[in-house]
This record gives sequence, C-alpha cells and structure tokens, in this order.
Amino acid sequence: MSRRVAVVVFPGSNCDADTLAAARAAGSDAYYVWHRDCDLQQADVVILPGGFSYGDYLRSGAIARFSPVMPAVTAHARSGGAVLGICNGFQILCEAGLLPGGLVRNARLKFLSRPVWVRVEAIDTPFTRAYAAGDVLEVPVAHGDGRYAADDRTLDALEEENRVVWRYVRDNPNGSARDIAGICNEARNVVGIMPHPERRNEAALGGEDGARVFLSMEARNATQHAVGVRAGSDRHLRV
Amino acid sequence: MSGFRVEVRVMPRASLLDPQGQAVEHALQALGFGEIGAVRVGKHLVLQIQAATRDEAMARAKAMCDRLLANPVTEDYQLAVEAA
Repeated sequence: MSRRVAVVVFPGSNCDADTLAAARAAGSDAYYVWHRDCDLQQADVVILPGGFSYGDYLRSGAIARFSPVMPAVTAHARSGGAVLGICNGFQILCEAGLLPGGLVRNARLKFLSRPVWVRVEAIDTPFTRAYAAGDVLEVPVAHGDGRYAADDRTLDALEEENRVVWRYVRDNPNGSARDIAGICNEARNVVGIMPHPERRNEAALGGEDGARVFLSMEARNATQHAVGVRAGSDRHLRV
Repeated sequence: MSGFRVEVRVMPRASLLDPQGQAVEHALQALGFGEIGAVRVGKHLVLQIQAATRDEAMARAKAMCDRLLANPVTEDYQLAVEAA
C-alpha cells in the first residue's frame, strides 16, 4: 500500500507542488496540509518543503516553527514517524529543535541557485535507503541561509553516530561546518537536507539523482541489500 | 502595571563567521577608514512591555528571547530595560 505523505504548506512555501509531484511519482499517496491545520490525516511521512515561510523574517524558519501544525509534526516525529525537511523545511526543523544546530547566512553572502554535488553518507534513514552508501548525487541548491552551524560537541556527535546523511563534495557552496548538506536526529526518523531532491527526480528536469529520496519512503520494508533499485527504471517501486 | 521599553541586541555567536560583518568591514576599508578593525552585524529590537516591575519586564523579555527572538545555537543576546 502506498504511504500517506503530508506535504505541509506554510505561507511562503514555494517547493510544495514539486515535492508533492515527486512523492506521487514515487508511488506515494501525497497530499497538502495547510499550516493552520492541526491534523496530519494519518500521515506516514511528513515533508516540510522549501520556500521562504513568513518571508524568512527574524530568522529562516523561526516563525513557521510556531505554526499551528507544528505540535502535530513534533508528535509525529517523537512517536517515530518519518519527517523530511527540505531547505526551508530543514531550517524549520532546526528552529523547532527536532534537529540539532542551525542554518545561517551563506559564507559568501550570495544567494545560491545552482547544482551541487552531495555524497550519500548514511542509508539507514527513511529517505536514503534506496541509495547505496557513497553515491554522489547532482542536485540543485537555492538558498541564502544554508551554512550549517553547530558547536563542536554537536558536530562530533553527528559524525560519531553517522548522522551526517549527505555531505557536499567537490566544493562546499555555503561554508557549512564539515561540508554538511543534510543530517538526521538520533532516532534517524527526522531528516533535513539543504539541496532540493524534488527538483531532480526525472530526466526531464535534468536528472533523476533526487528521485530515490522519495522512492526510499515507499521502500520501507526493503533490506539494505535491496538498495540497488534505480530511480527511473522502476518509478513505482514496490517491495 | 507600568510601561517599559526593552531593547534587545542580538548578535551572531562570536565563534561563528559573520560574512555580513566582514563585507561591511571591507567596504569601510575601501572608503579609506583604515583604522577599522573587525565589524560584526547583529539585530536590534525594541519592545514595549507592560509589567508590574522592571524585574518582571526583564524576565518576560528574556523569556521572549529564549523562545523566539534569538536562536541560542547561533546567536547571543543582551537586554536593556527602561521605564517607557
């Protein structure tokens, strides 16, 4: 059975439609939840999409984190439900304390909208299990506040517990600590990523390196041996 | 209850790179202000608060900072309270 995927829409979200389409292309039963709704409608997975919620006022994600929907997202996360934050969604998860650290202004100030390369470092999360560890993906970034920052103790813990899920390779576009592009929480069910996998999920978009983020949600019962599945060759992966 | 004016100064953590401050520093140098040292750029918020005492106004403003106005991971803040 398809997984129910709630894509939360905040005022200022602008990647919600792409994210919904990417989840549907992966075979999920995806639908929108407005940020003022407090009911996730029995979601299996919650995705906070990219954008500029509340105009990034005060700090990116700082106001969205108090939206009426967030207690339900937090409860879902605390009970082990899968949560993915993409770009602004990642910023919101950090502000909400569901992920450690924070995302601050790019080191060279410029707003970046271009492809980057990330290496998949951890495949034991709900959003990476259809990849092989070490896969290098080309995915776009579009952010002004993408520099991951945390104190050394937190960074060391992330490394030791293999919670850096994606790491920038070739170049570090924004000055992120330890080249971090995405992380997960201790329980590994809450994941944040700065680049946009939903913008590279089919050949028509210039590549499909991001598709397996969404295919991974459907591959929930897959063992790690079954990760050879490639997006595109089997868009409606069933296991 | 009395009115208090609370000024909140939010600064990027000293340990964090402040690219905005660096850009301003370079601009000042380019303008010939050779005496310029490091520049850091933060935020300044002014709050009008109703409270019974100055201490209460301070405590409430601190709670607002901890909850929303500053992110303890990336920022530090200072408060100044005066009667409005």
